[in-house]
Amino acid sequence: MGMVTAVTSFGRSGLYDWLIQRVSAVIMAAYVIFLTGFILSTPEMTYQLWSDLFSGTAMRVFSFLTLVSLAAHAWIGMWSVLTDYITGRLMGPKAMPIRLFLQVSMGLGAVIYVIWGVAILWGVN
Amino acid sequence: MNNKRPVNLDIATIDLPITALVSILHRVSGVVLFGAVAVLLWMLDASLTSEQSFVDLKECLQSPVAKAVLWLILAGLGYHTVAGIRHLIMDMGVGETLESGRLGAKFVFGFSFVLIALAGVWVW
Repeated sequence: MGMVTAVTSFGRSGLYDWLIQRVSAVIMAAYVIFLTGFILSTPEMTYQLWSDLFSGTAMRVFSFLTLVSLAAHAWIGMWSVLTDYITGRLMGPKAMPIRLFLQVSMGLGAVIYVIWGVAILWGVN
Repeated sequence: MNNKRPVNLDIATIDLPITALVSILHRVSGVVLFGAVAVLLWMLDASLTSEQSFVDLKECLQSPVAKAVLWLILAGLGYHTVAGIRHLIMDMGVGETLESGRLGAKFVFGFSFVLIALAGVWVW
């Protein structure tokens, strides 16, 4: 395993990345299906119904798990995409620093998403 | 081995089979969705801050541009989820041959087309 691979891999090995990608996908899919069901089964959505849903502890935990899953899933997915297209063959020696910069930038974005989401979820009365 | 064989790795000139099309769209939708999460979190924030901001958001979502953006996000989400479920099914050893792989790719386009159409009906 090369240095860059070791630095940017999320679960420290391809096997863990593979597993994390799937577990996080199932959590997010469950969240999307649940929310879609809730929205479609509510004839007239009001602030009361909507904020009641999100102020419950179970929903906060479910939402938080989904956010964390999103961050891990996006990191691994972007890593796959970046290591395929931002390569030495296509861009020469600049590829490595560019790829590292993009990976770290999106990682920062993912962390901001999680913090922002927590602020929203725990701000609901 | 004759290493003077012509090699074509220029993806722009390769005619993509349906399985490759499903794969590249899965990647494109994934990258787009990562950016779209900012819009979704902004909407979640607006929907939960107060009754007034909830009403304002509903108002804002009446504009054609907002509807188009929301539909695009839902389309990406629908497609990415369906293509992802195909991955999970293939992990179980189903649909891994060339023929069944092509069939699975057609299912992905079929199912996501229906979902995207339904999302469009819901948005408008």
